[in-house]
Amino acid sequence: MIPGASSGTGETDKPTSTPQVLRWQIGSVAELVQETPRVASLVLDVPDWPGHDAGQHVDVRLTADDGYQAERSYSIASAPEDRRLAITVERLEDGEVSPYLVGEVRAGDKVELRGPIGGYFVWKASDERPLLLVAGGSGIVPLMAMIRHRAATGSKTPTRLLYSSRSLEDVIYKAELDRLASAGDGLTVAHTLTRKQPEGWTGYSRRIDTAMLAEVAWPKGQMPIVYVCGPTPLVEGVASLLVDMGYGPASIKTERFGPTGG
Amino acid sequence: MGFISRGFRGKRRDTASSSRLPPGQYVVTDYPVLSAGPTPRIPLSEWTFVLEGEIDQPKKWTWEEFRKLPTEQVTKDIHCVTKWSKFDTVWTGVSIDTILDGVETAAEYTVQFSYGGYTTNLIPHLYFWKSAKWIRGIRLVNEDQPGFWEVNGYNNYGDPWREQRYWGD
Amino acid sequence: MTVQQSDLKLDGNAIGGLLREIFTMEMTAAIGTCAHCGTLHAVGEVEVYMNAPGVVVRCPSCGEVQMKVVRGHGKYWLDLSGVRCLEFSAG
Repeated sequence: MIPGASSGTGETDKPTSTPQVLRWQIGSVAELVQETPRVASLVLDVPDWPGHDAGQHVDVRLTADDGYQAERSYSIASAPEDRRLAITVERLEDGEVSPYLVGEVRAGDKVELRGPIGGYFVWKASDERPLLLVAGGSGIVPLMAMIRHRAATGSKTPTRLLYSSRSLEDVIYKAELDRLASAGDGLTVAHTLTRKQPEGWTGYSRRIDTAMLAEVAWPKGQMPIVYVCGPTPLVEGVASLLVDMGYGPASIKTERFGPTGG
Repeated sequence: MGFISRGFRGKRRDTASSSRLPPGQYVVTDYPVLSAGPTPRIPLSEWTFVLEGEIDQPKKWTWEEFRKLPTEQVTKDIHCVTKWSKFDTVWTGVSIDTILDGVETAAEYTVQFSYGGYTTNLIPHLYFWKSAKWIRGIRLVNEDQPGFWEVNGYNNYGDPWREQRYWGD
Repeated sequence: MTVQQSDLKLDGNAIGGLLREIFTMEMTAAIGTCAHCGTLHAVGEVEVYMNAPGVVVRCPSCGEVQMKVVRGHGKYWLDLSGVRCLEFSAG
């Protein structure tokens, strides 16, 4: 039994650090969900999946018939409470792994993976501090696992999501976010579209800046916990703006992603 | 190995070609960028290149002085230890013969060091990590001094044709 | 081709799997003391450069190298000389 595997009952903030050899497992693709033109979710059946915490990731390893291998990390999108494991992948055109996962893989295919991995960028519903989530692009994925975990556990933790995308059609999980935000249980969602906005757009239309954070973020006196995930420049920019606003660095957790070969 | 990912080939290009491609390498057409740290930002007014170590009179060039040295253009294939090779890359610069011109030294080895702290023991025609990107100078030394990667598993010599990637190769 | 330098920088979350191979434990929540400047950072926070012959870990406060990991031929070469102390939960 792995501590953390049963999160959701989550009674402790202790990191999941149990000696446990991480082994490669074979999952099978039960379903593919096209989230945006360039982004798809792979919903996987993984026998003996040990469970995970919201915010963790898996390593995916692809093997060609001549033995050549490529390995990448992908955040888990599904809540710990979900029946199946889901990862969401953005297709990078000159990448190596992502064009395979988004384009080649079909339902029924097998995918080799190992996990869950990570104990730093993790949120459990037992944490009742006000929650601020800031996402850039596919940085929404681990934050979506947190939002789904929050919903699945019936948590009323006041939560604000600020989500930066290039255009409306690039917004991942749009319908689900709209639905969850309208439930009236303390989740609010603010979008900013940095490149292209539809006619009549009432959200933000610029990169995240101090004025935007001042409107969206919790007052620092409420002692919020913050998770920021996205491309490196966005993550570093937002983290330093928040520190300038008086947030304690220890209350800001960050995860950068970038094209390490895609 | 048991598992194979159906339909996965990878981004690798031609591995079949010729006497021009060292063993275990594949050819790329793009230009992968490798980096062990942030790109150093050195104002040209502060940039210098030095030759030091086992010589009586260390030499030092400012950017303006260095740019006045005679330059050469060479076309070379490069082989990265992470297994990509790129053919016919064009380089312009100052020949090491120009740098060492008139220098008397008994030193048999060199260390190249760079802005950003990277070091390696310089020898041409080897794997590409043997080339420091933001070079700041060359030190002439009597004993071979392993650099940033050579102390941590990578082969001290690094001949791509003998696949000398790691210690013990 | 243009590559922003910042694009090549990731953080310690990206090497959670690699560190699990070596330590057999979840290490991104571990706290490391920088041997150069003495600052404490969670492993998840450190700067990581992976587009290199090995993995290079740098201190987010002073930028010096904390850790290098090279993997090849079924071996690891692990340099922890830039980390004075690593504190992690016994599980």
